[in-house]
Amino acid sequence: MTFRRATFITGIVVLCAWTLVPIYLIALGAVGGRPVVNSWPKPFLPPASFSLGTMRDFLDIAGVWTSALYSVEAAVLCMAFSILLGVPAGYALARFVFAGAAAYRLLVLLTRAFPVAILALPLTVGFIRLGLYDTPLGVSLMHTALALPFAVLVSASLFQAIPKELEEAAWVFGCSPVRAFLRVVLPLALPGIAATAIFAFVISWNEVFAASVLTVRHKTLTAYLLSVLSESPLHVQFAGGFVLIIPSVLFIFLVRKRLFSMWGIANR
Amino acid sequence: MAAIIIDNVTKSFGRFVALERVDLHVADAEFVALLGPSGCGKTTLLRIIAGLETQSSGRVQIGGRDVSALAPRKRGLAMVFQNYAVFPHMTVRQNVGFGLRMAGADPARIERQVARAAALLHIEPNLDRYPAQLSGGQRQRVAVARALAIEPSVLLMDEPLSNLDALLRLEMRAELKSVLREAGTTTIYVTHDQTEAMGLADRIAVLHAGRIQQIGPPAEVYALPATTFVGGFVGSPPMNFLTLAVTNRQVRLGALTLAPPAGSEGQIVLGVRPEDLQPSAAAEGFPFAVRVAEPLGSHIVLTGESAGQWVRVIVPPEPPVRPGVTMHLRPRLDRVVWMDPASGAAIGRGEGRKLGTEAAGD
Repeated sequence: MTFRRATFITGIVVLCAWTLVPIYLIALGAVGGRPVVNSWPKPFLPPASFSLGTMRDFLDIAGVWTSALYSVEAAVLCMAFSILLGVPAGYALARFVFAGAAAYRLLVLLTRAFPVAILALPLTVGFIRLGLYDTPLGVSLMHTALALPFAVLVSASLFQAIPKELEEAAWVFGCSPVRAFLRVVLPLALPGIAATAIFAFVISWNEVFAASVLTVRHKTLTAYLLSVLSESPLHVQFAGGFVLIIPSVLFIFLVRKRLFSMWGIANR
Repeated sequence: MAAIIIDNVTKSFGRFVALERVDLHVADAEFVALLGPSGCGKTTLLRIIAGLETQSSGRVQIGGRDVSALAPRKRGLAMVFQNYAVFPHMTVRQNVGFGLRMAGADPARIERQVARAAALLHIEPNLDRYPAQLSGGQRQRVAVARALAIEPSVLLMDEPLSNLDALLRLEMRAELKSVLREAGTTTIYVTHDQTEAMGLADRIAVLHAGRIQQIGPPAEVYALPATTFVGGFVGSPPMNFLTLAVTNRQVRLGALTLAPPAGSEGQIVLGVRPEDLQPSAAAEGFPFAVRVAEPLGSHIVLTGESAGQWVRVIVPPEPPVRPGVTMHLRPRLDRVVWMDPASGAAIGRGEGRKLGTEAAGD
């Protein structure tokens, strides 16, 4: 056991605690009911008062299922838009030499630097004019703007990792450019593209500010919970938080390898 | 029947001229090697023939058809890439059959052709494996099999052996030669390895700085280089070049008096291969001060000085030669070439002598 090894293990423990402790506390609150939420210190193991009652109560709140459906609708649309727009843009960035490619790379990221709060009012007015206000489609467009930079840059790095010679070989052996893309490039990029799609889904699923501003009656789950749960007891709020976390954690867990490889951390 | 005619092809990238007015005629079923150092334009020329790059001007004809503006898939050729470019998500079988599948061949024919190509390159046991499970040499074979499976009339190869280790390269070289001779495919083979070019090709085209310096059979390119560049690039160790003064239409070198081609004045470059310099008596040769001796088993390579210029000589392993001694050398006069010192071009080619039958034999 060297010093380096000890540091390494400590680092891993700290990083795990960083993400796992909050999730654990939320889960505890969600299943432990009122006594656990108010007690201190928190029990380490699932408490004696363990019950799924709170969760069931939460899911019975009027409108939760409907807003979850809106959330899914917005997230799926956001996913589709991000892929349909982001993948071709990423391909162009990876394969073609054009003036301003480097600037475009940076500009794409800058959209994330622009605060949504400032955009909220003009966006609302614009969406009302276009008839997009208070629709999942409108929310998904806003979310696409948030997810697109990742979709573009991640798919660009995906395509860059596929040697150009593979495409050229396909051209030589009888493929048109479109067919070469479909037969050779796409199958190789597909796992990465799927991961990008899920990432876009999660971004949309978790987003609350734009969703709250752009909807009134057709609120997504996050926005709905924000408005409904602010007056609920704490343990119900925890249950809501837990329900929100589960899909994100699950999805990210499923595509973790892909996300790692996309961000340049070798996993092969 | 697929002769290739490259007619006055120029390619420039911005201000950089990669190929300048290149003409090359490759006969049907001929094997031509494009030989040159990196950056000489040989790969660019190959990619222009394949249609992966577009020439700035000039035309390319394959089998009497002008393909200058055609997409790669419409040119009727196959290619082996330097990094093999074997599709990683397909099995070897699917890789080899890829070209036929894209052409819409019927399954029975695909299977037949794949089996034949696989047998030719000894990869039958690997047909159902994925490229990631294969070694570099096996992947190389898959790439060649994929090219041969479509029975192309033209085969382009871009340094296909450069990623293999030395022993495997030698083995693949011999195998490629026999396989391609049997198939009767017109082949253009890009390489920077002069022994590869010499060993494989019917003719070699030596490129330098975007121009073809010389085209000819290996023995001719070796014995009668058209420029000092060719003499220096082809052959290992390279040809010796001695810049000498011409006085009264004679060139003196040690005890030797040589007759340069008619009309030469001032200075002239004498070119002679290391193995064409033979130890001689002092009265019949020129002095050579040995600096380094490299015994290579079958022969010794000597590096030293004559007339103030570096010279390399190949001598038999016996008797051994020690560095520091001065010996005398005599060139085989029938194998000497003369070059212009300013342009580096050969002088009097084809006037003085023809290549002997002994040297021209394959």
